[in-house]
Amino acid sequence: MGEQALSGLKIVECGGFISAPYCSKLMADLGAEVIKVEEPGSGDESRRYGPFPNDIADLERSGLFLYLNTNKLGITLNVKARAGQKILKELLEEADVFVDNSPPQKMADLGLGYSTLKELNPRLIVTSITPYGQTGPYKDYKGYALNTAALGGQSMRTGEPNREPLAPALAQSHYQSGSMAAAATFGALISRMSTGSGQHVDISESDVWATIHLGHGVHLGVFEGRKAIRAGHRTISVYPWCILPCKDGYMCLIAIQGYQWKRFLEAMGNPEWMGDPRFRDRIAMAWEYADEVDSLVEAWLIEHTKEEIFEMCRERQITFAPVRDIAEVVHDPHFEERGYFVEIDRPHAGGLKYPGAPYKLSETPWQLTRPAPLLGEHNEEIYCGRLGYSEEDLVTLRQGGII
Amino acid sequence: MANYPLDGYRVVDFSWVWAGPLLGMILADMGAEVIKVETNKRLDSARLTPGRSTVGPETDFVFHSMNRNKLGITVDMSDPRGAALIRGLVEISDVAVENFSPKGLRNLGLQYASLREVNPRLVMISLPAAGQYGPLSDIVTYAPSLGALCGYSSLLGYPGERVLGEQTPYLDVNSAIHGAFAVLAALYYRATTGKGQYIDMAQIEVGASAIGEAFMEYFMNGRVMGTRGNRHPAMAPHNNYPCKGDDKWISIAVKTDEEWRSFCDAIGSPPWAEDVRFGDGSNRLRNQDELDRLVSGWTIELTYYEAMDILQKAGVAAAPCLDLSERFSDPHFEERETYLQVEHPATGIDIIAGIPFKLSETPCEVRRPAPLLGQHNEYVFGELLGKTRAEIAQLIEDQVIY
Repeated sequence: MGEQALSGLKIVECGGFISAPYCSKLMADLGAEVIKVEEPGSGDESRRYGPFPNDIADLERSGLFLYLNTNKLGITLNVKARAGQKILKELLEEADVFVDNSPPQKMADLGLGYSTLKELNPRLIVTSITPYGQTGPYKDYKGYALNTAALGGQSMRTGEPNREPLAPALAQSHYQSGSMAAAATFGALISRMSTGSGQHVDISESDVWATIHLGHGVHLGVFEGRKAIRAGHRTISVYPWCILPCKDGYMCLIAIQGYQWKRFLEAMGNPEWMGDPRFRDRIAMAWEYADEVDSLVEAWLIEHTKEEIFEMCRERQITFAPVRDIAEVVHDPHFEERGYFVEIDRPHAGGLKYPGAPYKLSETPWQLTRPAPLLGEHNEEIYCGRLGYSEEDLVTLRQGGII
Repeated sequence: MANYPLDGYRVVDFSWVWAGPLLGMILADMGAEVIKVETNKRLDSARLTPGRSTVGPETDFVFHSMNRNKLGITVDMSDPRGAALIRGLVEISDVAVENFSPKGLRNLGLQYASLREVNPRLVMISLPAAGQYGPLSDIVTYAPSLGALCGYSSLLGYPGERVLGEQTPYLDVNSAIHGAFAVLAALYYRATTGKGQYIDMAQIEVGASAIGEAFMEYFMNGRVMGTRGNRHPAMAPHNNYPCKGDDKWISIAVKTDEEWRSFCDAIGSPPWAEDVRFGDGSNRLRNQDELDRLVSGWTIELTYYEAMDILQKAGVAAAPCLDLSERFSDPHFEERETYLQVEHPATGIDIIAGIPFKLSETPCEVRRPAPLLGQHNEYVFGELLGKTRAEIAQLIEDQVIY
């Protein structure tokens, strides 16, 4: 095991499901020590979410939990109880970062609001990920991934024009707030090197959508009264910018430059219909004739497989790409050569492959050194080894439902 | 006295279009001096967004939003003297960001291996579509092709229906945020060890990392996930429902039985709420088409804000689907300064995205608008690199500074 970028950094994560766990996973995978605090008995919500092998629910075999909690230590602690709060504070006295995703009021009610924690440990970075942020009229509103993608504007861009807007797949809201929280936390850590003090990092999931993702076109809406376009399988800009079926799936066709479209027409053998005057201007094609052109192009695509079309396009430097399904990505030689999927063994779950490094750092590589913790796996190590509790204390705490 | 987290850090931002510039934006928002490298020979296409009503490279609001807080220089890096200027700049910088295809900087002799020689402390990130090596590494893509190649697009569509795919620059932004984290982690490491490093980020890999659940399902059960629309494996109702008005929608998500009871009370306990078909979570999931139809019957009579107020007061997760100008005027976003109005010399006032994170002790802000082409040539080449007025004039004359 080589040196890692964040070796020595101490993170305490007290959150559930995706956003906070993903945030601290990014740090754990680069070598930070992450102590994950879970509720005794039930554990993180993602343990009950799945997917499960053969669909048999099991707290120790949820795919989502296993993926999001690699490289972490796990303890159980009831932070709703006074005794639990006391222990959490002992952990936070020694920590660099505290990541949580509970509602703002809940943390204050538990006596774990930022002002209290700041007094406890002035160097602590407290990173709070919530649906709507720590301030503003909606701060105490309830929100799931669906709701924040709606408010932040992402959903209005996906789906058919006359049907309901579609939220992004698989709770992307939480991955976006989690990764933004990780970046902002490191801004705060770098700041701490010169100021010596910690701070409160307020990540609003709907703000992340509304700003860095979708904040760059708001000007048009306000000054020109434009609306976001939701156009099903296409973006209405120039033709082609769409997803169309082929023989064995779908192709993603985008040609922003005219020469790319011309080369594709050549590859199709310069079909007769290209002489139609309606199909000369690619902007007009996008706005007025896209249905007609789609069906003409589809007639050719449907005779060819994704890989045939992709190969043909790469030879001609046409920017079209196959829509790979999940299995195809797993077996894609590119992902294989880069060693993206990595295997690790774990009690209860066995040997499994996982998505791996999102980036490769030349000096301090991303590493999978341990699988996600079993529920309470590191109680003894942390409570006895780190905080100095005795074995008898542990028994008492366990009986009291604290751990 | 530090005011911003990255005070004193300098970033050379070679990037263009979306992913790279947004990574640079995060660093610039945190207070780094980010110098955007451009050239009139080949403009950043984000200066020329199609379909806007203004013309020219200085009035593009999308560019203004993504490149605020940065300085701008214009250099022709394909001229050896231009490349030499860039080397000089890298020597006095901390970070370099680029999203060309892998051969882009290599052809100019400005790849990491070469820049490291002038600055071993450099942290550099490259974020092309598919990374620096591997069979797809030379591929040229636009944002939606990233979604196609990493599996994400295959999940987007109405439940069980055809693939619609990703039609926004979603994965570009996903890469920018993750890339910013990786750069900051590397800077943190450098602060204690003095060592710089290189970050090879493939946008299709970081895209795959955001859909880990689908891969776990495949590895565990051999099943290939498809389109699910707004369906959730454990929640119903869980959808966007029509409201009063044209193309107005509200998102409603109900998880627990307690939330379901609150929901039924809030909508006035209609007789169907007592139906056994909706009696518990698994029944609500099984009968969600019918449930969606009935919920729509309630939402359609209300504006989305009315529906949100009623449901949120009862503790039910609900929020409207907001469009561009609706977000600008939303009271919550207004109070949080989610959008900012910034003066810009070419347009008067721009409405741009606010800072995507809030720091309590070192709050970040928009300190300057996006740069005009070459606006900071004099500062960078004169003040930072020590070129004389005459030398600069010559370089301009020769279209090296161009």
